[in-house]
Amino acid sequence: MLSISRPSLWLTLGHNCRLAGICGVPSRQHHGTFPENPYHCLYPGHIPTNPIQKALLAVGSGVAALQNPYRHDMVAVLGETTGHLALMKLRDRMKNDPEGYTILTERPRIRLSTLDLAHMATLPDGSFGREYLRFLEENRVTPDSRADVKFVDNEELAYVMQRYREVHDLLHTLLGMPTNMLGEVAVKWFEAAQTGLPMCIMGAALGPLRLSSSRLQTLATSLGPWALRSGRRARCVLSIFYERRWDQSLEDLRKELDIEPPPLIISATNKKPAANSEPAS
Amino acid sequence: MSKMASPVRCVARRIFRDCTRKVSVLSTQQDTKPIYPSNSIVCRCYSNDFEEKSTHFGFETVPEGEKAERVYKVFESVAEKYDVMNDAMSLGIHRLWKDMLLHIMNPLPGARLLDTAGGTGDISMRFLEYTRTQWERQQRRAVRSRQTLSWQDISHNYAPSHDQGPVESTAVVCDINKEMLKVGKDKAEKMGYSSGLSWVVGDAEELPFADDQFDVYTIAFGIRNVTHIEQALEEALRVLKPGGRFMCLEFSKVSNPLLSRLYDAYSFQLIPVMGEVIAGDWKSYQYLVESIRKFPDQETFKGMIEDAGFLQVQYFNLTGGVVAIHSGFKL
Repeated sequence: MLSISRPSLWLTLGHNCRLAGICGVPSRQHHGTFPENPYHCLYPGHIPTNPIQKALLAVGSGVAALQNPYRHDMVAVLGETTGHLALMKLRDRMKNDPEGYTILTERPRIRLSTLDLAHMATLPDGSFGREYLRFLEENRVTPDSRADVKFVDNEELAYVMQRYREVHDLLHTLLGMPTNMLGEVAVKWFEAAQTGLPMCIMGAALGPLRLSSSRLQTLATSLGPWALRSGRRARCVLSIFYERRWDQSLEDLRKELDIEPPPLIISATNKKPAANSEPAS
Repeated sequence: MSKMASPVRCVARRIFRDCTRKVSVLSTQQDTKPIYPSNSIVCRCYSNDFEEKSTHFGFETVPEGEKAERVYKVFESVAEKYDVMNDAMSLGIHRLWKDMLLHIMNPLPGARLLDTAGGTGDISMRFLEYTRTQWERQQRRAVRSRQTLSWQDISHNYAPSHDQGPVESTAVVCDINKEMLKVGKDKAEKMGYSSGLSWVVGDAEELPFADDQFDVYTIAFGIRNVTHIEQALEEALRVLKPGGRFMCLEFSKVSNPLLSRLYDAYSFQLIPVMGEVIAGDWKSYQYLVESIRKFPDQETFKGMIEDAGFLQVQYFNLTGGVVAIHSGFKL
């Protein structure tokens, strides 16, 4: 049983955390001393874990996600426990970009409460905001379905992970992909090339196994290479302050980010009617 | 109000709380009605001080009033996966522990069981199974003895037979959490236990039953979640018939230091991880392993049971003390 001692400075950062037994290590020495926060959480929802627990979580969540790809929480946990190096690289990319740096300091969140959907509906067709709204309506998804980050032991990296999850829907809009299996795999290939997160790479490798042969062919011939090309070339998608670009035209935004427009239009009508069928996180 | 003396204010507050407490019944049987205490509201005023006392919730300290609600939320969220998680965490050994409880209890057919904090009904179903097997064994023994009849027996057989039907044992599953009872009811239907089981929502600290009702009272892996353990023990004494038996199956202290360290490592490293992967809930299982550490050890708990008024109190350690069965009699 490892006991990790942390400096008390980190405790004050976690003052607003919910407390119910979230420490993976028994903090007997702190019991009673800090009644508001006896556990070392760095951000709301943080559950500190040691390397053994992270390894077990990674393996367990991987198996669970493979058995049931609709368990989004398991895909999320897999991403968090395996993504440390990739998150650091992403964070550094964001820091080196002026807009990305602004995002890291201002920490915007994409949720229904922060989006002004009524205003977005009034924007002209072809603008980013209008297309995003259309995507949400056609695929019947909501930006609030993303799980909170729990197992990343660094507050800034946890925000980067959260931002990645929230930007996923926007990526669908930018790439013009629906939320059916083929669209999701295409977006995963783009993300794998862009971010290098192990969870994206695994999803990109294993996702095609569930596709029908005709879709597999589409993926292999046109969508796949396009996604990889765009992903490698494009500017870091996490560095864009989407919240301030709703009225920018979608074509403009794609050019700015160096993303090729999609080679095919895939309709959203072929998806299974499950309530949040996106296997991404 | 401020002119009243503080004990009176305390009593007034408790009366108000008791009046607004709802006790509802989910019963599958018409004939087994839980009988409510006759028109008296029991007020217990333990102390004169006005601040809410605090208690432990795992390793956290919370006001007493909050603990019950938080425990409720924990079990509400784990109810669906409760049995799966039990099998995973104990590697199936919890079934042996529960079988051992029944073996030590050794109930006779026709006994009445109150399974408090019964949740998904594991103990009650085992109880019914055990008593039915005992009844069948008794019947077989009776039939075998009838094979070699004496003259008196043959003449008796010509008399009208007064064979009773099978002596029905009944079990009442009482739990404060409706979700757990729901899961238990579905399980019972699937396994075919329709008669002999009732499902009642109730608080172990204030049971909705009259005095002297039950032959056996069990509480398996539930008493450590109760805010006031002494009250639960007193209620147990109240609802048992004279001669009735109190049995408690609960996690306890491991005496062997090596086993204790392995057990701690397993509990704190693996169990929350399993909770996250299987049930998607780390925090509830963190609470579970912490609440085990906060529960008194075998001897202290034995003292508490004796203080409540039980006699012939003894305990049996299982799996090296990981689990202990405490037993006492109301005499």
